Amino acid sequence: MSTEKTSRLKVDWQSIIRGNALIPVLAIVTSLIVGGILVAIANTDVQAAAGNIFSAPGTFFSTLGQTVGGAYDALFRGSIFNYQASDVALMFKPLTETLAFATPITLTGLALAISFRSGLFNIGGTGQIIFGAMFAGWVGIYVHLPFWIHLPLAIVVGVIGGAFFGALVGLLKATTGANEVIVTIMFNYIAGLLLQYLLKTPLLQAPNTANPISPAVQDTAKYPLLFGDTNRLHWGFFVMLAAVVFTWWLMNRSSIGFKFRAIGHNPRAARVAGINLGLTYVAVMAVSGALAGLAGTTQILGTEQHLTIGVSASFGIDAITVALLGRSNPWGVLAAGILFGGLRAGAVTMQAEQAVPVDIVTVVQSMIVLFIAAPPLVRAIYRIRKGAEVEAF
Amino acid sequence: MRLELKGITKRFGSLVANDSVNLVAEPGQIHCLLGENGAGKSTLMNVLYGLYQADAGEILIDGRVVKFSGPGDAMAAGIGMVHQHFMLIPVFTVAENVILGHEPTKALGFLNMDEARKRVREISDRFGFDVDPDAIVGELPVGVQQRVEIIKALIGDAQVLVFDEPTAVLTPQETDELMAIMKQLRDAGKAIVFITHKLREVKEVADKITVIRLGKVVGEAKPTSTQAELASMMVGRAVDLDVNKTPAKPADVKFSVKNLEVFNHLGQKVVDDVSFDIHAGEILVFAGVQGNGQTELTEAILGLHTRVHGSIVLDGHELIGQSVKHRLDWGLGFVPEDRTLDGLVADFSIAENLMLDRSDRKPFAKGLLLQLKYLAEFAAEKVKQFDIRTQGINQRAGALSGGNQQKVVLARELSRELRILVASQPTRGLDVGSIEFVHEQIVATRDQGLPVMIVATELDEATQLGDRIAVMYRGKIVGIVPADTERARLGQMMAGVVA
Repeated sequence: MSTEKTSRLKVDWQSIIRGNALIPVLAIVTSLIVGGILVAIANTDVQAAAGNIFSAPGTFFSTLGQTVGGAYDALFRGSIFNYQASDVALMFKPLTETLAFATPITLTGLALAISFRSGLFNIGGTGQIIFGAMFAGWVGIYVHLPFWIHLPLAIVVGVIGGAFFGALVGLLKATTGANEVIVTIMFNYIAGLLLQYLLKTPLLQAPNTANPISPAVQDTAKYPLLFGDTNRLHWGFFVMLAAVVFTWWLMNRSSIGFKFRAIGHNPRAARVAGINLGLTYVAVMAVSGALAGLAGTTQILGTEQHLTIGVSASFGIDAITVALLGRSNPWGVLAAGILFGGLRAGAVTMQAEQAVPVDIVTVVQSMIVLFIAAPPLVRAIYRIRKGAEVEAF
Repeated sequence: MRLELKGITKRFGSLVANDSVNLVAEPGQIHCLLGENGAGKSTLMNVLYGLYQADAGEILIDGRVVKFSGPGDAMAAGIGMVHQHFMLIPVFTVAENVILGHEPTKALGFLNMDEARKRVREISDRFGFDVDPDAIVGELPVGVQQRVEIIKALIGDAQVLVFDEPTAVLTPQETDELMAIMKQLRDAGKAIVFITHKLREVKEVADKITVIRLGKVVGEAKPTSTQAELASMMVGRAVDLDVNKTPAKPADVKFSVKNLEVFNHLGQKVVDDVSFDIHAGEILVFAGVQGNGQTELTEAILGLHTRVHGSIVLDGHELIGQSVKHRLDWGLGFVPEDRTLDGLVADFSIAENLMLDRSDRKPFAKGLLLQLKYLAEFAAEKVKQFDIRTQGINQRAGALSGGNQQKVVLARELSRELRILVASQPTRGLDVGSIEFVHEQIVATRDQGLPVMIVATELDEATQLGDRIAVMYRGKIVGIVPADTERARLGQMMAGVVA
C-alpha cells in the first residue's frame, strides 16, 4: 500500500506532464494515421473511387494511396526538405520555415512548461505573448536608437511586459487565492481586447489607415534574418535555443527552480520547510510570462513586424500541447515545438498543392493532445502493458 | 465459516512479498496477523480479497478451494474487509454508502432508501454501533466512519471480517471501542482477522497470533506472551520497548508561550488561552485525544496560522508575526504530524528533501547555483548517520517506508542549528525499530540541552518519553503534571476533568 496521499487527479496530472517518451511518440504516430484517414475521407476522388470499391478495388486503393501519400509528401516538402525545388537554397527553405514557426511556439511552450512543473496551470500564453509584443513593439516602432542598443532594449522591454502580465496572475493567486486557470483565461481576453483598443488609438495605430494595424518596427529593432530576404528565419531562433538551455538550468540547477519544483510537487511540505508560497507563485508566473513575452518579441521584431490583433496567432494555445507533449522538459518542449512548427509550415504546402484543408493540422494536433491526455487509450491501441511497477505493499 | 490460506506466494518482480504463507481463520476467533510495516501483511490480505492474484498457493473456504478474481468474488463468498483508508463517499449518507453497489430498489428502479435505512439501523442496534443512517459520512468522527465500513461488510453477510490496521487512524478511546466491537463480532460467531503492528492491541483481543516478517510466517505466539517477546519475534531481534533516558536536568526556561489563542480558517478558536514554559534539557509532551488543539498549537508555533494572539518567545525572541522561514532560521526544528503531506516532497529524491529548507543558501547554493556535489556528500553522510535504509540518495522519498521517511525529516531538521525541537506525533504509523530510533534521537536532542516539545496521542509514549506532560482538552491545557502521574488520572484529564 502506498503511503503517499496524493489525490487521484494529481497522480494523473503528474503522469501526463511527466513520464516517459514512449506515449508521446505513439500519440504522434497515431494522430498522423488518423489524420491520413480523415484526409482520405474528405477527398472527392477517394469518395468517388469508394463508390466503385467492389467493381474496381485496385482503383480505390491506388487513389487512396495517392491522396494520403500526396498529402504527407506535401507536408514533408513543406516542412523539411523540398526535393522538387530548383536550387539548394529553395530545397532547404521549408526547414527554415519550420524553425521560424517553431521559435515562438517553443518559447511559449517553455513558459508553460515552467508553470506546469511548478503546479500552476498557466493558460495565459496568449495574453503574455500579446503583452510582450506590445511592449517590444512600442519600443521598436517609436524609440529611435542605434541597432546594437535598440534591439536588445526592445527585447528586454518585451520580456518585462510578459513578466509583468504573468506576475499579476501570480499576485492574484497569492493574495486572493484566485484560481490561475480562470485568471489566465480571462487575462487572455483582457490582453487581446486591450491590444484591439490600442490599435485604434494614435498610441499604436499607423497613421493614414483605418485598419487596426501599427506602423512597422524600425530596422534597428528587428531580429536580423539568418539567410537573407527570401527566408523568414531570424536570430530569434538562437534566442529560443538559449532559452531552452536557460530553462533547463533554471529548473534543474538553480535554487529558484528547486523551489518552483518543490511547490509544484507538494506545496504543503514546501511551506512547512519555510518556502514562501505566495512569493514563489509570483516568481513562477513572472518567469513564465517573461518567456512568453520573449516569444512575443520574436513575433513582432521578427516575423510579423507590424502589431495586429493576430500577433499571438494560435501559439498561446499550441504551446499548451507542446508543453504537454514535451513532458514539461525543456528538450522535450524543443522537440515538440519543432514538430508543431513543421506541421504549421507543411500545412501551407499541403493546402496549396493537394487542396487538403489547413485545418487537418489542427485536427492532428488536437488528436495528439487527446492521446497524451489519455495514455490508457494509446496503451490499449498498441497493447502496451503498464510498466511492470513493483507495487509497494 | 472457516477460512484457510495455504502456501500463498506473491512476487513483485524480484521481491517476494509473501513466501508460502499459511493462515487459518476460525469462526468465533480473533486471529491477529502481526508484523512490521512492509512485512507483507497487506499484500496477503489483498490476495485474499482478490485484488492480487497469488503466484502460488490456494484459498480454502470450509475446505473447498475458491478463486477470487476481484473483491466482488470475495464479498460474495462472505469475506468483508475494513480497509485502513476508508472506502467511503464523504458526501453520501451512511445508508447511501452502505448500500452502494447492491442498492435495494423499488418498482421502476427507484432506490428503496427506507429499506436501506432499516438494514443499517438493524445492524447498528444489534452491535450497539450507535450510527445514524441519515448522517453525512464526511461529517462523522473517524471512529464512527470506521463503524460504517464495518456495517458495509456486515450488510453483505460477511462471515470473515478482515481489519487492516484499523487503529492507525483512531484515538485511544476509539481504539478501545473498536476492540469491544471486535470482541462482540467474534462472540456472534464471525471469524476475525486483525492486521496490526501494535502490541498492546494484540494482547488485548487476540485469541491466536501469527507473526509475519519479510513475507514469511515466523511463527505463532500465544496471547499470553509478553509485549517484549512479541516485539522481538516481529522485528527479528531483541527490542527495547522502554525509552532509555536519564532523569532530565532542566536548566533555564528557553521557550515560553503565553496566553496563546489560535483561530482556524473557519474562525473557530482551536487553541484557547494556552500558556506554558519549556526548560532547556527537558521534554514536555502534549497528551490528549487527537483534535483537541495540539496540532494547531504546533502549527501556530511554526507560523502556519494567520489568526494568532498571544506570545511565543524562543530564547528571548518573539516569534509571533514572523515568517516560517524566519522561525526556522532562528532555530525552530519542526517535525510535522503528517510526514507524507507536510514533511516531505514525495517525488523529490532523499537528497533534495534534505535541503528543502535551505536550498537557497550556502552551502547548498552559491548565488543561484545549486551545489549538487556538496548536496550529494551531505546526503550520503545523513543517510549513514540516521541509518536511512535506501538504495541511494537519489531514490524518491515517496518510495521509502514510513520509518525511513521520518528519518529523512529528522535528519533535515536536526542538521540545522537548533534552539528547540517541536515534533508532532513523531512515531505515528512507524514500526517498532523506527520508533526506537526516533525516541533515541529525541532524547539525544534533549540531552544536548535543548528544550523539546512533543505531541503524543498514545499515553504510553507520553509517559515514557516525557519529563512533564501537558494534557490538552478542547483547546485548553487541563494541567501540566509530572510524567509518572498514573494512567487513570491522565485519562481523566484527557476527558477534560481538572483534578
